[in-house]
Amino acid sequence: MQTTLTVNGEERRLDHDVRTSLLDALRDHLGLTGTKKGCDHGQCGACTILLNGKRINACLTLAAMHEGDEVTTIEGLGTPEAMSPLQSAFVTCDGYQCGFCTAGQIMSATGMLAELKEGMPSHVSPSLSEGSEMTDPEVAERMSGNLCRCSAYPFIREAIAMASEDK
Amino acid sequence: MRDFTYLRATDADAAAEALGPEASIIAGGTNLLDLMKLQIMTPERLVDITRIDGLSTIEEDGDGLRIGALVSNAALAADSRIRAGYPVLSRAILAGASGQIRNKATTGGNLLQRTRCPYFYDTAMACNKRAPGTGCAAQEGAGRMLAVFGTSEHCLAAHPSDMAVGLRVLGATVEVRAADGALRTLALDEFYTLPGDRPDIETTLAPDEIITAVVLPAPRAGSVQAYRKVRDRASYAFALVSVAAVVEMDGDRIGKVDLAFGGVGPRPWAGDDVAAALAGETPDEALFRRAAGALEPDRAPHPDAAFKLPLLRRTLVAVLREATGLAEASPGTDHAKDAA
Amino acid sequence: MTRTFRMDEAQPRLLDDTAQGVIGTPMDRPEGPLKVTGKAAYAADNLPEGLAHGALVRATITRGRIAGIDEDSIADLPGVIAVIRDDRFVRNPAQGMADEAPVQPGDRIDYHGQPIALVVGESYEAARDGALRLKVRYDEDAGAEVDPATASETEDGDPTESGDWDKAVAGATVSVDVTYTTPAQVSAAMEPHAAVAEWKADRLVLRGSQQMLRFNRNEIADSLGIDPEDVQILSPYIGGGFGSKLGIGSEAVSAAIAARELGRPVRVVMTRQTVFDAVLRRTETEQRVRFAADGEGRLLAIGHDDRISNLRDEEFAEPVSSASQFLYGADALLFRQTVARVHRTPAGSVRAPGEAVGMIAFESAMDELAEALEMCPVQLRLKNIPEKHPVTGQDFSARALAECLKTGADRFGWPGRTVPGSRREGDWMIGLGVASAARPNMLVKAAARVRLSAEGAVVETDMTDIGTGTYAIFAQIAAEMLGLPTGKVSVRLGDTDLPGASGSGGSFGASSSGSAVFLAARKIRETLAGKLGCSPEDLTLRDGIARGANHEAALSDLLDGELVEEAEIEEGKTAESHFSSGFGAHFAEVAVNAWTGEVRVRRMLGVFGIGRVLNEKTARSQAVGGMVWGVGSALHEDLVHDPRTGHVVTRDLANYHVAAHADIPADMQVEFLEERDDQANPMQSKGVGELGISGSGAAILNAIHNACGVRIRDLPATPDKLVAALEAATE
Repeated sequence: MQTTLTVNGEERRLDHDVRTSLLDALRDHLGLTGTKKGCDHGQCGACTILLNGKRINACLTLAAMHEGDEVTTIEGLGTPEAMSPLQSAFVTCDGYQCGFCTAGQIMSATGMLAELKEGMPSHVSPSLSEGSEMTDPEVAERMSGNLCRCSAYPFIREAIAMASEDK
Repeated sequence: MRDFTYLRATDADAAAEALGPEASIIAGGTNLLDLMKLQIMTPERLVDITRIDGLSTIEEDGDGLRIGALVSNAALAADSRIRAGYPVLSRAILAGASGQIRNKATTGGNLLQRTRCPYFYDTAMACNKRAPGTGCAAQEGAGRMLAVFGTSEHCLAAHPSDMAVGLRVLGATVEVRAADGALRTLALDEFYTLPGDRPDIETTLAPDEIITAVVLPAPRAGSVQAYRKVRDRASYAFALVSVAAVVEMDGDRIGKVDLAFGGVGPRPWAGDDVAAALAGETPDEALFRRAAGALEPDRAPHPDAAFKLPLLRRTLVAVLREATGLAEASPGTDHAKDAA
Repeated sequence: MTRTFRMDEAQPRLLDDTAQGVIGTPMDRPEGPLKVTGKAAYAADNLPEGLAHGALVRATITRGRIAGIDEDSIADLPGVIAVIRDDRFVRNPAQGMADEAPVQPGDRIDYHGQPIALVVGESYEAARDGALRLKVRYDEDAGAEVDPATASETEDGDPTESGDWDKAVAGATVSVDVTYTTPAQVSAAMEPHAAVAEWKADRLVLRGSQQMLRFNRNEIADSLGIDPEDVQILSPYIGGGFGSKLGIGSEAVSAAIAARELGRPVRVVMTRQTVFDAVLRRTETEQRVRFAADGEGRLLAIGHDDRISNLRDEEFAEPVSSASQFLYGADALLFRQTVARVHRTPAGSVRAPGEAVGMIAFESAMDELAEALEMCPVQLRLKNIPEKHPVTGQDFSARALAECLKTGADRFGWPGRTVPGSRREGDWMIGLGVASAARPNMLVKAAARVRLSAEGAVVETDMTDIGTGTYAIFAQIAAEMLGLPTGKVSVRLGDTDLPGASGSGGSFGASSSGSAVFLAARKIRETLAGKLGCSPEDLTLRDGIARGANHEAALSDLLDGELVEEAEIEEGKTAESHFSSGFGAHFAEVAVNAWTGEVRVRRMLGVFGIGRVLNEKTARSQAVGGMVWGVGSALHEDLVHDPRTGHVVTRDLANYHVAAHADIPADMQVEFLEERDDQANPMQSKGVGELGISGSGAAILNAIHNACGVRIRDLPATPDKLVAALEAATE
């Protein structure tokens, strides 16, 4: 079947199996392999992308369901020569080791910071009625859908804090 | 994943028409696709309802709120009316899954998510829920995450939802629409069935019915509401046990109390008897322990899951202490206000 | 071929005299910009023209034979190309440094989940569908033993013992005799095992996710029955290994066979469930630790017995008591091991095999001894540090254990520790714990080539970077030795056509393969000294300028073309004369919920002596990563097997819990003590990748005890166990 998506600002037409996940569409059909498959079941977060501006697991949705939708992947944030502040902060803070979960962490952090700005509460927010401050426990809770087996967690959050201060 | 035909429904009638025993609705897809990849669910037809108008809003409904079936978990938890008037629902949703999944998962889909029993998930193992009549491999298997209430000799699986526990404690109802347009409204205990000898049947939904909304009664302004989830890691894990509580105080005494428990039953498990034992009493830890001690299952739990009973009792005591002011409230315990 | 350098004696501390000043600095990873922008290509990211997709089929019986595979059952599925079944398929991945094919069982099935066939499709969707639907008939053997505790087939290892046990125990004032159990665990690297196989004429090009290419090339060649020269493996980026990618496995062998048979490239990526089913796990353990001490806390006897498991024909046996044999000394020592043979997914190396689980029990038991003696656990450890290796009698090389314990105690506020159960904040009980860290250091044969031209230097070796920092460290070593800014050094890794290195494993990669880089660069320095007209000792290289004996010249002027040197290193006499190990001390603060038994780690500090630090930033990341694994071992990780079939029940990342962000506090501190290990290698450095996990779990458990007064001896310490222990304590 055919689906047309806007990926990183560019319209992309796909001819795909109806069963193709959005993740496999991005990786195997569009060659955007920066988005990783760590579990294929929404249990690790490595495939996190932005769908119409919100972070989701690309593995847990079908490409067929996204006709006309806007997708942002890690390739849409920056390049090695021109990294986004978050990407650059991950390098500075060593917010990774093997690098496999990194695209997911960065995309998730991008979506998470927007959620925080919009006043989205979390499980650990002291209050539901007031907006949440960007404390480390808040960020840790909100980033918990992104596993990092190398366990760069403290440095990932240091990078997120650094990038959000720069903004 | 087996092959299927994909149909994008543009209105509820079209969706209803396409439904049937071999079809499945897809909305958020966060659990359905997970199951389809493993061929635990093998629908021949997928009916995508995400483009149907009118199912994605939260609207006032008398004194309460009507939540469209397609409202995402994230949008529901963040809605200012929910946060103010029904904080236990926000907290329950936020305790489940991850930020990414909550952005995609829907209200209707969350209610219909399947058990996470590892034997249901492993197609090499017997499971009456997945393949009726094959047996229940969990009975003699590894069973740490199994239910302790409402089980049968045919199934020990627990319902994994946090949101549904929040809805149960609030007395929410589910609105379903049949192909002919007829609407039914069901309390959660009417919506969910117990496994009995047909654990493959989990709800009273007919094959041609669609969940259109969840309806919340009027907010309980002034109540203390709490959702406490105990799990094997600090976040992003299913509940070992969870406790949802709505507690109203009547002066120094406990007024109306509602309780529901997660991780322990095949549906969000109501704690009506315990709640009744608390009403009219003066808050006291010994009282809470006594009341919690009355929680007893009908059948002996799987030995691996037997710990859930003492853990649930203790968690309930902790929640009641905070909700009644015996202990300082921690995140998860909030005062409900008027939703408007 | 170059002559192999043997580490027969301590070498001059050249890196303390070089002038570039980049070695040891917290330099950013040079490949970092590629990783954060999604441009670093991991194995499954390669999509050659004509690629077909393979999906592995698992056995759904525990033991028996394949009676038949009904290929017709999926023949009319659109897009399915072939069912590949070959006697060269491997039962499980090769063990680390096997250098030969793993067991190739033919039609025999030895465990539930064993990969038995590959379905190849035009699309991933077709292959996955076919693999799940393929009908396989079995001849099942009844009575497969799957429970390590009751398995009838066991093997006892040769005990390690010295002194008179009975006499030592008889003279004791205080003794401890405790049994700890740890569950099976898995590496769970974020990248599932992946291979893209492509034949170019008769040569296999395998883009894989492998840790030790020099060995992997021989392993796959042996598996396929071809000449190792006809194999090229490329693994420039690896999405985590932790031992799980040490040896060649089913994904690589099946992809190679399928690609050959079909005449087109084939990609096989294990599903996450297959990774759990078919990749080597860490054994569960039952450990009995015994201490006998006099009234002053001097150890008289140390005993550590363990029972572990593995599948038949696997020689690997988790060296559980490894660190117990040299951390402390006593008059009598006794270390015994029993291996139970079970039909489960075989066991192999998972980060710090031995120490990771052995030290949890051993260092927790030390805490129990300190409690029995009413002695400070730090003081007890300091009192029992032996002069020489208690078993081998070797001298220790650099050993910072005492200094790490003292420094850490100061920095962590250890003197403020109160008696168990006495510190409370609301419903949370707070406690502090300590444990020693130790992980033996090794030098493994490794080669590397360094090229120097006017444009800069290039390092070439088949060494891998599994997240450990190899790209950064090798750039730093070459830059330091050759007097270049690190930006002038490029590092090429992960290609078997390059000189064969140690590979990444056992924490020996950076030091072993890095020493080969160091030696190759040292040869270049000698040549440069000759060209400049000074002795190598007088040569100073900095920012592209060579100075020495009153001469000065730009490197670009000294060079006429490219200087190329290759070096190889292997261990020598210092490995016999001295025992080299990383040492350290872990400190942890935890909170235990009095009602629910939840445990939250509030802060940790690790102080380590790892010889020369090659890159402060990547070393710190490795250390913290290990400490987090310790948290996981203590609190979360539990690979559950079905009691009847032995199959893995917790076979995904929702059921097998690794630590998530929320489990790990921001306050994870690491301090490296200034140290040089002259006996280790010419750079005086030691491994760090596994030291962080060695003992850290015990610090957590000891902190739990300090918080609430209960001992959890059956891991992980999940809320149910804490609640049971808390209720038992108040009864």
